[in-house]
Order: sequence, then structure tokens, then C-alpha cells
Amino acid sequence: MSYGLAGVDVAYGRVVALSRFDLDLAPGSVHALIGPDGAGKTTACKVLVGTRRPERGEVRRPSAHLVGYQPESAGSWPDLTVAENLDFVSRSFGHRRDGRIDELLELTRLRTARDRLAGDLSGGMRQKLAVAMAMLARPALLVLDEPTTGLDPVSRSGLWRLVLRAASEGAAVLVTTSYIYEAERADTVTFLDDGHAIATGTAASIRAGFQGVMSVTAECPEAGTFWRRGRNWRVWTRAGTAPANGTTVAPDLEDVVTAASMEPVR
Amino acid sequence: MMIVMPVMLLVVFGYAASFDVTSIGVAAGPGAEAVVALLPEPFETVEAGAGDPLEALRLNEADVVVAGRPGALTAYIDGSELFTARAALQAVTTVAGQGIPIRAEVAFNPGLETSAVLVPGLAGLILIFIGSLVTSLGVVHERQAGTLEQLAVMPLTARDVFVGKVAPYFGVAALDLTLVLVVGSLLFNVPFIGSVWLLALGSVLFLLVTLGIGVLISTVSQNQGQAIQLAIMTLLPQVLLSGLIFPLESMAPGVRWIGYLLPLTYFNQVARGVMLKDAPLEALVLPIGLLALLGLVVFGLAVLRFRSDLAPSGRRAVAV
Repeated sequence: MSYGLAGVDVAYGRVVALSRFDLDLAPGSVHALIGPDGAGKTTACKVLVGTRRPERGEVRRPSAHLVGYQPESAGSWPDLTVAENLDFVSRSFGHRRDGRIDELLELTRLRTARDRLAGDLSGGMRQKLAVAMAMLARPALLVLDEPTTGLDPVSRSGLWRLVLRAASEGAAVLVTTSYIYEAERADTVTFLDDGHAIATGTAASIRAGFQGVMSVTAECPEAGTFWRRGRNWRVWTRAGTAPANGTTVAPDLEDVVTAASMEPVR
Repeated sequence: MMIVMPVMLLVVFGYAASFDVTSIGVAAGPGAEAVVALLPEPFETVEAGAGDPLEALRLNEADVVVAGRPGALTAYIDGSELFTARAALQAVTTVAGQGIPIRAEVAFNPGLETSAVLVPGLAGLILIFIGSLVTSLGVVHERQAGTLEQLAVMPLTARDVFVGKVAPYFGVAALDLTLVLVVGSLLFNVPFIGSVWLLALGSVLFLLVTLGIGVLISTVSQNQGQAIQLAIMTLLPQVLLSGLIFPLESMAPGVRWIGYLLPLTYFNQVARGVMLKDAPLEALVLPIGLLALLGLVVFGLAVLRFRSDLAPSGRRAVAV
């Protein structure tokens, strides 16, 4: 049994947010939805959890009792304490106190902050609280919209531990992120750009599907498809050989999706 | 909007801003017909069913009732309509000065105190502030913070969320109303001679309309700035077109109809009627009935908009 979207179209006025978009989420696995700002990641999350109606297409999701969702804006109540936020969500799902809140406070390392107002937490702690709230009901479908945006590497790592934990508990997890390297941690990945799914599969299969030659140069190339990455330039040669002054490299996921986003024809 | 709105507001409010009284309904008791016929414009003769002059005023059958023995007539004037009462008092005094045996008696607000007429309406205005502005800001803030979206995906019905959002504002507004009326009565010596339950009924209906307006504003506002602008746009007409300051009868017909669409118009009538005149339910059936109708329409729309805003997908998903 899987959850997801099939042939979903969403538009905001004349702006197409999602076009014939498919998404397949298997229980016990993490699917990363990556793409630049405005690609349609948040819209996909909203359609999946039911806060946005698609113009066309099918949505497969469990009943509301089995959906956990962390919206892009975190979604915790700033005037409630950490414990009160978790308790409110727990009661809204009709759960009895079974130690789940303590377990999540431990996992998120928020135990010492349990009596602090959510509005007084740091950005990273607030994101962890939001993910904990989404995980509270042991959801069958967990949707996390940019949970790691703006966090330091340590907090990001801690959040991914939570994400993997949710999958190990059997949830089908969807995580959106703008950090492409994070997607390597997911079981499967969809690269979304301008509302279109450009590539879907495991990170390895997406890398394997790369066509052409990727090379690195220190100086800005004069022609071809290239972009700055770190202190060097990446040059993508669709056909033929790499530039003479370039060093051929094996493309990583970031190279592949950057190159794919530069394809003029979809 | 910043160009057209000021001109539009000037035109609308300009036609509304008038203290001139164009009509005073006067009823004649037995033996007073001849004297009533002598009263100049803007007096207009109306029929009053109640035998007692004060009862006729209480039932809103007339603005002035002339009654008494021939040679010792009294013009009973309804003091709860300030400008009408002042115009009537002046006219009756003028007529008495011409040798006609009539004296004036102002009922329900003998001193023609402005505060007695304004405080009940101001209480309504404060309720609109709480109801529409604060409610819309609160709901928009929740949407911006993502907590409304969080609630939308929880296993709660739209009704649960709606009641959860609106009930606290309802409670606060009801408390505010009580405070404003008590403090207003004590500070400004505004009488409260009517039924508390009748005012409570009118207030509950009025609150439902204003809270509904607040929720409606929140459903069409993307941010708190927009909500504030919209709330002010609904607040301004209520201040100027509801009869709170300018008498409805004095407004140009082209803008007067707007006043009849505003909840404060009817709350004002109910509050003044109950507090100053001890008006019974039968005298307030129309404003209370119209408040109920407005409440049904506005609150119903608010519930529908909120529900579709909160859970647009509803049953469209395939539950697996």
C-alpha cells in the first residue's frame, strides 16, 4: 500500500505550480522532493495532506488520524510551551498519555526546553518541535516541508535522525528540501522544477541517468553549459569531449539536477 | 484603491453627514387633532395605536405624541432620538410662544444628554472592533504562522476549529460589552431601565454578525495588513451611516440604504430602546429580526468560507 499523487495539476491563476505530477511514497521509506524555490514542493505537500485542492489528478493518503504534517512555517503555537504544543496535538488525535511525548522530547533533545514557550525557541529547536508534533501520532504518512531550511549542520543532522526514525517506525515519509546533498540520505528522490518532475528514482539511478560529460575548470568557460560551484566552474558537455582545460569528474546528484534544470525543453 | 477610495468615501459620507431633521412623526391624542394640525414642517401626522402617550413612544409609533385636556395639552417627545427631539422641542416651544396652549415634555432622556444616546451605540462600535478587527487579525495570524494549516490536517472537523477560533472572541466581546455598558452607565449617568435579557438577545445576534464579518475578512486576507484595511473599510461606514452620529432619516436616500445593511444600525436601535425606553420585544421585533437575518447570512457565509479555506480537498482524496 503506497500513498502519493497521480497526474496532479495545480495552478495559482495563470502560474502552473504542478503539472501532471506523480509521486509514490512507500511505507518505511523516505522520499526527498528537491528543487529550487518556487518549484512546487510546498504545493505538492499541501495537495498530499489535503489543504490544497488539485485541479486534476488523484491523491492517495490515509485518514486524517494517520497523517503527520509539518508545514513550511513550522506550525507550532508560539504562546504554548513545548509540552503544551505536544499535549494539544496528542489530545486532538485522541491519544492517551502513553509516554510518546516523553519519547519524542528525548529524541529531539527538547526535554530541558519542555516548559519554554515555543515562540522563545531557537529556529532549530522550533523545527524539531514541529517535526515531533508531526510524528506524535505515529503517522502512516509523514509530510515534512523544508524541515532543515535555515538550520545549522548539527541541527540538520539531528532532524534527519528523526526523519529516518519515523521511516523505521513504518511511516511513508516525504521530505522537501532545497539542499540537494541532503537528498542523498533519502531512499528515493524526485527533482521538481517549475512544477514538472524532471527526474525520479534513487539518487544512484538519477546519477546513472546522467548523459554527457561533467568537467571542472578553474577559469570561466567561454561557451557551453556551465555554472559556478565552490571556487571552480562546472561544465556540462551534452555530446562530445570536455573542454581542453577541464578535468572530467563523476557527477554527483547536485551536478545532475543542476544540469537537468538547465535543459530548455521539458 | 488609494486614489478612488478617498473620493468615494467623501461622496458617500458627505451625503450622509447631516444633522437636519427632515421628518418628525407626531401622533394626536383625543382632542389634540386641531393643535397637531397647526404644527409646522417637518412634523408629519402619524397614527398611534397605544392609548398612553409614553407607551406609544416606547413602541416607536411616533416621535412626538400630543395628548391631554383641551387647553392643557402636552407634547410628549421621545428623547432617545436626540436631533429629532431637539427639533421637536424647539418647534413646540415656538408654537407655544404663539399663544397655543401646549407644553413640551421630553421623555426617556429628559436632559437631552448626548452621552445617553451615544453610549449604547458606542458599546456596539467597540463590539465591532473586537468582533471584526481582532477576530480577523487573530485568524490571519494563525494562517501566517502555519497553525491553521496544522489544525486543518488534524482529525478535527471544520466546525471544531471554527468554534475553537470564534468562541474565545465571543466570550471576550461579551465581557467587553458588559464592562462598557456598566462603566458607561456609571461614568456618564446613562440610564438602563429596560430588560437585560432583551439587550442580551440583541447583543448575541449582533456579535454573531460582527464575528462573522471578522472571519469573512480573514478568509479573503493574505496578511494582517490587508485584514486591517478591510476591517477599517467595514468599520467606517458603521460609524457614519448607522445612525450613531447622523440620523438615518437625515441622510440622502442614495446613501441611506447602506445604513440599512449595517448591523450597528439595528444594534443601536435595540440598545437605545432597551436602555433608555424600556422598549418591549414587540417594539424591537424589526431590528432584532433583521439582526438575526444578517447573522444568519454573514455567519453562514463565514462558516462556509472558513470550511472551504480550511479543508479544500475534503473528500476528494482516495483514502487508502
